[in-house]
Amino acid sequence: MTESIIQMEGLRFAYPDSERSAVAGVDLQIARGSFVAVLGHNGSGKSTLSKLMNGILVPTEGRVLVNGVDTRDESRLLEVRRTVGMVFQNPDNQIVASVVEDDVAFAPENLGVEPAEIRQRVDEALQRVGMYAFRLHAPHLLSGGQKQRVAIAGVLAMRPDCIILDEPTAMLDPIGRREVLGAVRELRRGRGMTVVLITHHMEECIYADRLIVMSGGRVEMDGTPRQVFSQVEKLRGLGLTVPETVSLLDGLNRSGILPAPLPLDALTVAECADAVADVFRRREKK
Amino acid sequence: MLKNVTLGQYFPGDTIVHRLDPRTKLLWLVGYIVALFLAGGWISYALMAAVLAMESALAHIRPRTLFSGLRPLLFILLFTALLNLFYGTGEPLAQLWILKITADGIQRSVQMVLRIILLVCGSFLLTYTTSPLQLTDGLERLLSPLKRLHVPVGELAMMMSIALRFIPTLIEETDRIMSAQKARGARFDTGSLVQRARALIPLLVPLFVGAFRRADELATAMECRCYSPGAGRTRMKVLSMAPRDGAALAVCAGILCAVCLLRHFGL
Repeated sequence: MTESIIQMEGLRFAYPDSERSAVAGVDLQIARGSFVAVLGHNGSGKSTLSKLMNGILVPTEGRVLVNGVDTRDESRLLEVRRTVGMVFQNPDNQIVASVVEDDVAFAPENLGVEPAEIRQRVDEALQRVGMYAFRLHAPHLLSGGQKQRVAIAGVLAMRPDCIILDEPTAMLDPIGRREVLGAVRELRRGRGMTVVLITHHMEECIYADRLIVMSGGRVEMDGTPRQVFSQVEKLRGLGLTVPETVSLLDGLNRSGILPAPLPLDALTVAECADAVADVFRRREKK
Repeated sequence: MLKNVTLGQYFPGDTIVHRLDPRTKLLWLVGYIVALFLAGGWISYALMAAVLAMESALAHIRPRTLFSGLRPLLFILLFTALLNLFYGTGEPLAQLWILKITADGIQRSVQMVLRIILLVCGSFLLTYTTSPLQLTDGLERLLSPLKRLHVPVGELAMMMSIALRFIPTLIEETDRIMSAQKARGARFDTGSLVQRARALIPLLVPLFVGAFRRADELATAMECRCYSPGAGRTRMKVLSMAPRDGAALAVCAGILCAVCLLRHFGL
């Protein structure tokens, strides 16, 4: 592991007027340049955790360091926010301007960047999410997936080191979801951006380097997606389902109709098909 | 049904009027309105009408489009005409009880109506040829000297542009809530006035709650993108005055002078 960009130590957070801690004792380090997925059902504390990571919420106990800066230090909050960008669930409620390119320009304008450089950053960010052709459109006429990509471009224009996406596909249709996930994977190319994807869709975690499962404000599982998803029993115990591919392999194993148990770490559809074909091929050889 | 509501209507185009800096157009409008109120005689009015005709011709806005905006003002125009008709002094041409019509009254009435029509049409020309965003931008720049007096000009402009941005979103939401309530048997278009007003409650409550939730989320998203009110923001699009802006302002000043002169000679 390389140096970590976000460091959480003994993190606890309770919303005012609530007895239960939304985040109850989390120690995590997010490595620079990694792609981390955080999985959990509603109320597991994953969204709260994301808001703690860029100083929107400050911890009740423990601390969060972003590039070594404590998020409780209000004088350096701007520094934290421009290091860790955030994309939210509802694209409609995070687009500020009536023209796509003006919206993407919002963050660099706030940071006092020179006009010529803003132009350059905006064009670059829009190209990166594949929305350059729509730069003069009105956001409310775009589809959900397109709006969400504009929101991602809006954060990219800030040139952050890390982007947190808090359930960016929860309000989208399947096409929009695919578009946004494509854009997220595209972010990882090149400049070594750290990506934290908060989600409750299992399929979205497959491409992550590291998968963290949260429940009841705690980290319950932490490992590569393969390691985590092959623990089918434990996931089900936490009220989570496994990806359809793993579920199929697990079901086949349980049915006992196969000559040999299948590996549970085939996550993509192609891998899953290969695993099943493999078993049959081996039987034929015998 | 609410989709076709147009607010701050703008007709995109690429005429010289469209390309003028919004600040120039705002100053033009102010100059035009001042001239309109300085105008005294028929010649002045003819000049002002000619200026408006020239403007709309340059902007490729058809007179019909321009006048169609007057329809909601018909009542006010009629009311003004009637009121001024009876306020004239001098020899009455006709008299009914205490109401008397004089030649002076007729002149006043016609001139007042003409003044309102020109004023409204002149303002329409501005909104027809300038996008709301440009207008907000222009206003912000024009008012920026007030920042010295601690007037939050930048924040006000930001509020205005966010309001503009959310109009279509909130209209969409209203449409959705209306459909949902109609599906449960709500009626918005039948019944007495009181019944109709009452039918709006189940529409307005979720709309307001939704708007507050949106505002809250938007504020968080803005904070995440490093917005801090009062901080030194820069802008991607810098407004710049072209020679044509200078020319337009010179024409405006010329008109003002002409009207002043005409007024001096009582024309």
